[in-house]
Amino acid sequence: MTRLQAGGLIDRTKAVDFRFDGRALTGFAGDTLASALLANGVRIVGRSFKYHRARGILTDGIDEPNALVTLRGGARAEPNCRAPSVELFDGLEAQSQNCWPSPSFDLMAVNGLFSKIFVAGFYYKTFMWPAALWERLYEPLIRRAAGLGRLSGQADPDSYDRSHAFADLLVVGSGPAGLSAALSAARSGLRVLLVENDSRVGGRLLSERHEVGGQSGTAWAAAALRELAANDRVTILTRTSLFGAYDGNSFGAVERVSDHLPITADGQPRQRYWKIVAAQAIFATGATERPIAFGGNDRPGVMMASAIQTYVNRYAVAPGKRVAIFTVCDTGYDVAADLAAAGVEIAAIIDARGQPTRDVAFAPVIAGEVVRTFGRSLKAIEVRRFDGGMERMAVDLLGMAGGWNPNVGFASHLGKRPDWCDTLQAFRQGTLPGGMMFAGAADGALSLADAMASGEAAARRICDAAAAAQPMVVSAQASPHVVSDSGQKSFVDFQHDVTVDDVLLADREGYRSVEHLKRYTTLGMATDQGKAGQVLGHAVLAQHRDAGMAAIGTIAARPPHTPVAIGALAGVHRGEHLKPTRLTPTHRWAAENGASFVNAGLWKRAQWFTRPGDKDWLASAVREAKAVRSTVGICDVSTLGKIEIVGPDAAMLLDRLYGNMMSTLPVGKCRYGVMLREDGFVFDDGTVARLDDNRFVITTTTVNAVAVMRHIDFALQVIWPGLKAHACSITEGWAQIAVAGPLSRALLQDLLPAIDLSNEAFPFMAALAGEWNGIPMRLFRLSFSGELAYEIAVPTNHGDALVRALALLGRAYGCTPYGLEALGILRIEKGHVAGGDLNGQVTAHDLGLGRMLSKKKDFIGRAMAERPALVDPGRQMLVGLKPVDPAQRFSAGSHLFRKGAAQVASESQGHITSVAYSGVFDHWIALGLLEHGPERIGETIAAASPVRGTCIEVEVCSPVFFDAAGERLRA
Amino acid sequence: MIISCPHCGLRDSSEFYFRGEAPTPRPDYEEGNVAFADHVYGRINPAGPQKEHWYHAAGCRSWLLVERDTRTHDFLSVTLASEQGR
Repeated sequence: MTRLQAGGLIDRTKAVDFRFDGRALTGFAGDTLASALLANGVRIVGRSFKYHRARGILTDGIDEPNALVTLRGGARAEPNCRAPSVELFDGLEAQSQNCWPSPSFDLMAVNGLFSKIFVAGFYYKTFMWPAALWERLYEPLIRRAAGLGRLSGQADPDSYDRSHAFADLLVVGSGPAGLSAALSAARSGLRVLLVENDSRVGGRLLSERHEVGGQSGTAWAAAALRELAANDRVTILTRTSLFGAYDGNSFGAVERVSDHLPITADGQPRQRYWKIVAAQAIFATGATERPIAFGGNDRPGVMMASAIQTYVNRYAVAPGKRVAIFTVCDTGYDVAADLAAAGVEIAAIIDARGQPTRDVAFAPVIAGEVVRTFGRSLKAIEVRRFDGGMERMAVDLLGMAGGWNPNVGFASHLGKRPDWCDTLQAFRQGTLPGGMMFAGAADGALSLADAMASGEAAARRICDAAAAAQPMVVSAQASPHVVSDSGQKSFVDFQHDVTVDDVLLADREGYRSVEHLKRYTTLGMATDQGKAGQVLGHAVLAQHRDAGMAAIGTIAARPPHTPVAIGALAGVHRGEHLKPTRLTPTHRWAAENGASFVNAGLWKRAQWFTRPGDKDWLASAVREAKAVRSTVGICDVSTLGKIEIVGPDAAMLLDRLYGNMMSTLPVGKCRYGVMLREDGFVFDDGTVARLDDNRFVITTTTVNAVAVMRHIDFALQVIWPGLKAHACSITEGWAQIAVAGPLSRALLQDLLPAIDLSNEAFPFMAALAGEWNGIPMRLFRLSFSGELAYEIAVPTNHGDALVRALALLGRAYGCTPYGLEALGILRIEKGHVAGGDLNGQVTAHDLGLGRMLSKKKDFIGRAMAERPALVDPGRQMLVGLKPVDPAQRFSAGSHLFRKGAAQVASESQGHITSVAYSGVFDHWIALGLLEHGPERIGETIAAASPVRGTCIEVEVCSPVFFDAAGERLRA
Repeated sequence: MIISCPHCGLRDSSEFYFRGEAPTPRPDYEEGNVAFADHVYGRINPAGPQKEHWYHAAGCRSWLLVERDTRTHDFLSVTLASEQGR
């Protein structure tokens, strides 16, 4: 055990039992998994990505590249959790990753012997040839040998929530700068949202020993928290990671509501996704300590100095017994002092700046640098003294204090890259996105006093333009440090095993932009996104090329800042809740009558109604279609878009929307119409009914209901704002049922005895508005099936009553409910186009509807539809198709070829758009688009589906298979 | 993105349908194919301020004429499309 006897922000009265790789261990409440592992003397926690080198805990937070574990098990297994940011809870189970059988004895460590193969760009070099083996052999091999944790492969059993937050000021980070900013803004009366990734507020105050206003730093943070919590204009979210900054001052964050608990509390989600909108944001996100490049700097026992400080002060853990600190900044001295105060032996402070800045009583200070390290877990280091000579030193812990990189990545999310600051010797955010500021260490104010002043000043700038003019304090630092000639691997990206040599190799091979360097070496591409080592990698490049960091630059950080569970983004919108479900007014009735439903956009539509004796769905559909041809059938068509258009210019509007003339339509009549897009292609089709001089109801296809409404609003508001007409969607307002078949008139006459439905009084294409049982009713004599047919509409809440009344009265006539499949058979038999035929690439001319387009008026799409290429007779045009051998079946999507032509894409002359089995003809029929189609009636061609391996001979015929004269629908 | 709808105030962009860069005014039929080709297909696609049509689909159903900087996503102006040229 390496737990110190006293101190720390842990609760020693509450022991917490957990397991790591099956080993039972104990920590305390307030520990993280990392601090508890260190307290239990666990030094090796995983293996590295490529070389399978033993790795320990490097950092104390979200930037951890090494100590990645899989938490929990079964469907709840979560890979790649960073041990320093996992709160310990009773019963926690953690597994090491990327090693087998164990992190201490890993058989894949043999990869290290082949390290010459695994250099930068090894994917592209080593496994180039033969290319055919790439997918089958190389990639699976590499993925098995080099990888991170594995997904459970099971559905996520947890629930997630979403919330929205609005604030005058968002403060990200609750260290000294963040708290100072939040306090100052809250005192000025701003609505403040404070977001902290940790479970506690305080930031580095929890890790370092400071005095603020006569009290300890942690006590000051606690007092600040009390003041903020008491202010009802302040919201504090702890355990919340801000992961992205987006346009319009909006931000994404994930609150880990239950991840620190053994079991999610009742009624609580596992995580909550916050969508935040804030007028201003202060990023007091601190700085990340950068490592130093020297030989074997990845060995377990080599840690970031600031992390050692955190483990000693916050968790009362000494991660070693004899410590050396390798530093290029004063941080190293502070850490050594804290270790000494905790009773840990300091072997030496090695300061690479040449002139040590401080003389300390508790340890020798050496001007020099650590060159290489020894031991499976650290046993010794070798130091190059600047006054000459090498010195070997026995230590089991080495702290790296390589200076600090401000955490400015969120500005890059909005397209603003940081600039190199010579004073700070780090990237600092010079150009700020609107509404965003950085404060404290995140802005280069590294000392406590400077950080607090910076936070307060940032808050003041929001209220006071004069304050905004004052310059911010920037601390001075030494440059990123790279030790040369170590003879051992010097890592710059620990998680992806990128070394100094890899960076130099990439440079030699011409990958010199930092963005190219990143892709070629994978520097900064792992789950930590290079937070720890990326800038060091860029410094290697800059020093090698003698170019200066300002010229080299750094990469643009992109969201997410920290990994986000997809489940958190999805929230409740998964499975059936991914999209809303729309039920037709007759849904319950249909379900009672054996309907199977199909998704049509958001709608559930009855596809067929299974009856006893139906062999399969096709038998049901054919039976239903035959019933419509012989007696009468009913079908819910409420899903069609319905739009009411009113006003003195309503007729003129319709003339401009439709290709054919609508203003000549008499009151009480319907007309079929085709709408084009302005580019001349068919947009939608439907019917127009004139209920009154200035009142029309139009229908759209189900799929285009929303798009047509938008299109009409565009015409009314953008193209012709002077037209006096209004349009309103009434799709939701009316239930509409098709009543089709030779006996439909008799059935409807029984339903509506007061209305004369004789062919003379209510002929084909008639429309009326009346009443049924005292409620509003609209009746249209429309036929999609080609039979004598009507569509009857009532307010939606009466739709169920209407369909039940029709079914009851219909018993005397053999009335049969029919679904979408029968509807398809009926309309294909009649050559009516729909769905697959109207694919956005066809013209009215292609569909044989060219003559419908008026020459007497302007309408949307007219000019472009008249382009010669769009009326070329060689275009693929609508035809009917039937198999030469009636026993043969074909499928939609089959391509059409000249008989004997090679079945290759260049020979394709069109394709089948709709197929149906016709009960009238007892064979399959189809609609298709075929080059020169109408001129080729009677020709035998081939319909082939290479993906299904089918090819049959088909005869080209008229698309109207049934009742070409249209006598039945006028009967 | 947040869009300031003249009717509804500041609203999240997820409520809006984006049609694209605003075309030149629609010609009359008599002006012919070439004028229409420019109207239908002609776009400037600037790196900078661009006039666009947005539709407040989940709001007031207004078509908006918006000027947005394509480099920064800053909304420079938002007006009702129906009020253009009045």
